[in-house]
Amino acid sequence: MKYMTEFRDGKIAGKIARAINSESNKKIRIMEFCGGHTISLLKYGIQDLLPDNIEMVSGPGCPVCVTSKAEIDAAIELSENPDVILASFGDMIRVPGASMSLRQSKAKGSDIRIVYSPDDAVKIAGDNPDKKIVFFAVGFETTAPVTASSVKLAESMNLKNYFVLSAHKTTPGILSALLAEEVRLDGFICPGHVTAITGTAMYKPLTDAGKPCVVSGFEPLDILSSILLVVRQVETGIAKTEISYSRVVAPSGNLRAQQIMNEVFSPTDAVWRGIGVIPDNGLKADGDYKRFNACAEFDIEIETDEKETKGCICDKILRGLNKPTDCKLFNSACTPEDPIGACMVSDEGTCSIYYRFGRKGKTVA
Amino acid sequence: MRKTDFITLAHGGGGKASEELIEDVFLPLFSNDILDSLSDGAILDAPKTGKLAFSTDSFVIDPIFFPGGDIGSLAVHGTVNDIAVSGGVPRYISVGFVLEEGLPIAALKKIAASMGEAAKACGVSIVTGDTKVVPKGGADKIFINSSGIGFVPEAVNINPKRIREGDSIILSGTIGDHGIAILTSRKGLEFKTETVSDSQPLNGLVKAMLEAEPDIRMMRDPTRGGLAASLNEIAKASAKGILIDEKAIPVKRGVLSICEILGLDVLNVANEGKLVAFVPEESSGKVLSAMKKEAAGKDSAIIGKVGGAKPGRVEMKTAFVGNRIVESLVGDQLPRIC
Repeated sequence: MKYMTEFRDGKIAGKIARAINSESNKKIRIMEFCGGHTISLLKYGIQDLLPDNIEMVSGPGCPVCVTSKAEIDAAIELSENPDVILASFGDMIRVPGASMSLRQSKAKGSDIRIVYSPDDAVKIAGDNPDKKIVFFAVGFETTAPVTASSVKLAESMNLKNYFVLSAHKTTPGILSALLAEEVRLDGFICPGHVTAITGTAMYKPLTDAGKPCVVSGFEPLDILSSILLVVRQVETGIAKTEISYSRVVAPSGNLRAQQIMNEVFSPTDAVWRGIGVIPDNGLKADGDYKRFNACAEFDIEIETDEKETKGCICDKILRGLNKPTDCKLFNSACTPEDPIGACMVSDEGTCSIYYRFGRKGKTVA
Repeated sequence: MRKTDFITLAHGGGGKASEELIEDVFLPLFSNDILDSLSDGAILDAPKTGKLAFSTDSFVIDPIFFPGGDIGSLAVHGTVNDIAVSGGVPRYISVGFVLEEGLPIAALKKIAASMGEAAKACGVSIVTGDTKVVPKGGADKIFINSSGIGFVPEAVNINPKRIREGDSIILSGTIGDHGIAILTSRKGLEFKTETVSDSQPLNGLVKAMLEAEPDIRMMRDPTRGGLAASLNEIAKASAKGILIDEKAIPVKRGVLSICEILGLDVLNVANEGKLVAFVPEESSGKVLSAMKKEAAGKDSAIIGKVGGAKPGRVEMKTAFVGNRIVESLVGDQLPRIC
């Protein structure tokens, strides 16, 4: 089947793994940015194919995980307003805020609808003219253009009852934040789908700092070949941006998506769970589209002070400082059934991935 | 009293409207000697030898009509299959309806007709029933509970504790069809797909299997939670490790594509007409060929064996390299799927 089996070929994987093993000498630490990368690494046992001198570290690329408690609390507060229907992606429903999750709020009577696309939320707005529909928008540059497009759709339908609670975050700011971390990272497996929108220019600060960047897809062969490209750069002392996911990513990105994001949103400070405030790293509906901003409509201010639950080390895991298996709560008090930290909630959260796929063989700590 | 086209609270009141509902809708469609006597309880023949199997299940599926079936046939198949995979020959079932005020009587008739046909096809009698009506909003259209009784022959003993190292694991066909059919027929997610639910009775298939090998150790129908949940339950109950082979598991291409798009693991997706059986390795060939002769088992395949993984754990040999853990689903992949 096209694109469903070609990139999961065990024989080719063996060849690439042998090349990595023979070409890699230096002891290096590579960060895979996305939860999707981490899933492939563990689900397909790629870590077991790598030599001991290569350590893979999970990055902050799980939109659900980096959504701050305060943002979730704001969504819960809005959902409790009897005039409001809150529309959200399904993943966000289970994430604990400070005192409860959206799912608990729904059980207590809030009108919360799971949507697969923000356009569905616009449709709900059209069908319910006497209610205010708030779309809880999360995600990086992959989902932000779709949210922007839903705002333009609502505008074209002349809807006055559609609003966006934006917890969107953008990637360039977090990349600089990672560079400033105390953990030494020698190279990056960069987000394929984010880069498909943004283009590769944002990796310049990383390559300038001597860190190889390889934009990667999410199939096992994508990841393996990206690791090989990082290894070759490290071994030869080069640092540049390469794309191993050229079937999806162009160096300039998706100009139309960039344009629609710029039209609807302007930058604002964003609170990353576990990382804190990153200036100008969020997006808010602004300019001609200001009236769609739920914070303005409902006079909400999102707290910037984040405190993790006692014992939870999600903050360190999101920054690549620790692994899930370093956490005392992992697989004891904190499981996907009863998550404490955000990294255990989402299917793309590092802890959840380790729980599901990582408790065997070499990856057991 | 004037007849209406839709269910009113009076239909659950036990008076004239209730009586009319029974006489106009249920009796003609479910008719059999035991039910037709309209006693408060059904008086049933008991088996001369062997044991009884007894099971109950409630059905709250949304939508109530879906590609490949409806809530009525599903309620019959679900209970029949639970009895069948317990080793019982399903004989009698009960049905309890919770109806929402305003449900069109035509819809109820269609569902009842489908139940009557399904019961006939399964060779079971609907011997007792009950109907309640709740005010609009108190339920969503129609909920059905069905319970069933089956006779378990003396020689049959379906029990996870009987599973042994080396036993073969046979799956009766493609997985994920029901879950994907329901998912894609829901409002709000418009996918064009030809996938239909696999809702079907398994008692004929089980009969053929037990005739081929009465010593089948364990069977289960992987409904909610999919194959992964069933195998994990069995691994824990038997305290044995299970190793399955990804390449051997039958999955329809359309189902796999939608799983890929939505990020679902097909092993977690629900089925309503499949079973997984643990049989002694030496008789796996004859059980498999008996299964393939049945319509409900034509795509059967040996998908793995007992052993090769830590006790209580399920692992899968992937098409890539190495094995991965197969976990039960956490939370609800999709509510109201059955």
